[in-house]
Amino acid sequence: MTGSAPRRRRGLFSLRLRLVGALTVMALVSTLLASGIGYVLFHRALLQQAQDTALEQVRQVLTHQVPPVLVNPALDPGSVPQQPLEELALELRRRTQGQALVLVEDTVRVSSGLRLEDVPGELRELSETGIGCQRVVLSGQPWLVVGARVHVADPDGGTRQSPLRVFVFVSLSSQEEQISRLQTSLAQAGGCALVAAVVVGILLAGSVLRPVRALRDAAHRLGEGDLTARIEERGGDELADLARTFNRSATALQGGVEELRRLESQARRFAADVSHELRTPLTSLTALSDVLEDEARQMRPDAGTAARVVVAEVRRLRRLVEDLLEISRLDAGVSVLHLDEIAVGEALLECVHSRGWAGRVEVRAAPGLRASVDPRRFDVILSNLVGNALRHGVPPVTVTARLDELRAPAVLEVQVRDRGPGIPPEKLPDIFERFVKADSSRSGGGGSGLGLSIAHANAVLHGGTLTVHNDGGAVFTLVLPQPAKENR
Amino acid sequence: MPARRDNGPVTAILLVEDDPSARVGLELALTRLGHSVTARATGEEALQTIRSRRPELVVLDIMLPRMDGLEVCRRVRQSDELPIILLTARGDDIDVIMGLEAGADDYVVKPVEPRVLDARIRAVLRRAENQPLERSVYGDLVVDRAALRVTRGGADVHLTPTELRLLLELIRHPGKALSRQQLLRDVWEHDYLGDSRLVDACIQRVRAKVEPDPAAPVLIQTVRGFGYRFSPP
Repeated sequence: MTGSAPRRRRGLFSLRLRLVGALTVMALVSTLLASGIGYVLFHRALLQQAQDTALEQVRQVLTHQVPPVLVNPALDPGSVPQQPLEELALELRRRTQGQALVLVEDTVRVSSGLRLEDVPGELRELSETGIGCQRVVLSGQPWLVVGARVHVADPDGGTRQSPLRVFVFVSLSSQEEQISRLQTSLAQAGGCALVAAVVVGILLAGSVLRPVRALRDAAHRLGEGDLTARIEERGGDELADLARTFNRSATALQGGVEELRRLESQARRFAADVSHELRTPLTSLTALSDVLEDEARQMRPDAGTAARVVVAEVRRLRRLVEDLLEISRLDAGVSVLHLDEIAVGEALLECVHSRGWAGRVEVRAAPGLRASVDPRRFDVILSNLVGNALRHGVPPVTVTARLDELRAPAVLEVQVRDRGPGIPPEKLPDIFERFVKADSSRSGGGGSGLGLSIAHANAVLHGGTLTVHNDGGAVFTLVLPQPAKENR
Repeated sequence: MPARRDNGPVTAILLVEDDPSARVGLELALTRLGHSVTARATGEEALQTIRSRRPELVVLDIMLPRMDGLEVCRRVRQSDELPIILLTARGDDIDVIMGLEAGADDYVVKPVEPRVLDARIRAVLRRAENQPLERSVYGDLVVDRAALRVTRGGADVHLTPTELRLLLELIRHPGKALSRQQLLRDVWEHDYLGDSRLVDACIQRVRAKVEPDPAAPVLIQTVRGFGYRFSPP
């Protein structure tokens, strides 16, 4: 897996979990339902069969194998002989493989270890007149108890009750064992179904999630700028549909970006070409205006004036072209920073002196203050800020430089402050926009209208900031981050 | 007869510029600043003139038809230490870097003020000054300040005037790190913040000529983010 892709595992994990979970629950429910119904049916059938068999066996014995001496109506119940009773009990036990209890009237005459109290009262009542059965549990063992009154056939075709009653206890242990075996089997089958459901769920989740993961990786790559990222469009399901949509969008995006890059490189080439085409004629204009300037004094007054105006305008044109080219290079992103360590105080003094501003600008910087900047761009920024302060503010203009080493990274902070009225508050937000002038009435004041934009863009190129606020005049603050100091 | 400012001895300069107006303008301005200017429009003509007239310095436009200024610069450097100042109209970084690698001593961006170009010309031509007139030996490198001659293993090392000045400036402060801006001021006489790549390119060329192994310099060491230091062995 792509280790670089920052992602929240939970998102994918929960989809997988949900799929597996749903399948498991489904498997569980269907298994429980099927085995539950099967269990109930089997349980009922098994017991019914045991019951029917026991009842039939007891009925058979009572119908055909009751010794006639026991049901002789002439006999007093108290004098019923013991021997035939024992034989009847034995016969019942033989047929049903159970235990028997034989009563005459309400007296237990034969018992094989069981008591009358073990027979539930309901069955005892029922057996007063007919035949019935009931399940009981005696000392942990399941039993089926059959109870019946012995009837005697009359010679006239009817029947009559005899004083004899029998109770037969048939063990249900074998049935119980069968049921418990069934339970085990059902549980095993259910377990297998559950495992199968989980496995199928994981496989299914994998097959669903694989395209999803591929989509996520491709989207990530696309976000990182790899515009060639595509995914396989397999099959005709919704995921394939999604893949197709993704691929179409990526292709469109790639096309758009390529077009943008083409335009950008075109713009860059254009800037370079324009630069060349404008600078070549300006070279001769500059060289020749130098000659004109020298000669202007010796010319006739009107020609001299013309010469001086031409010289001044050539200078202004040069400045404007330089600024335009600078800003177009900054726009095209071809500007490169060449950092070098400079002595800040000296650089500021040179910036001011070389432009003839010495008497009007005060420079404050600790001696020995050094900073790492792009020297040319630093000069561009400062000359624009100071030039702006001199044109639009009121002297004295002060330039203060200091190194703030408490910040990490350390920063070089340079403030250019004038004592003028400051910048009108409504102009503050877009003072760094092109051709925005704080004082429109003085728009012809020598600036190209690009100086502050250029200063700002160059500060940004340094990874720094240029901000402005009013505090007894306009205060421009340049902050340039400094690379970590190396030992030397 | 145009007025001529007196700026010291007349210098023979070859100006190579294909744009007629720029050529005329620069020729006129440089002439008035006291130079003797020969102007040529193509690289081929320039090479021929260098052979026949032996100018003291070449002001060379980079963008020339057919053989461009960089190629002219390379060909001159194969056999000659003639100082070369490049004229570039694009200010493109790649142009400048290639020009400096080709062996140019300095460069100016058009449109250049004649006074600035004049100052650069004089700086490049100025011979090393204020040097103690003595001979120093650093391993197999011998620097003879009186004769302004450098030999290595007995053979002459051919340095352009700028390269020699740079080397002597470094040697003058043995063991001391000199910042690139300081070198730009002292060697190139740039009067304010200049392009430190000039220094870097020139250092590379000097190393190639005086270091036993230019890839692992020992005499001229780099002080990262700051400048260079001469470390006598």
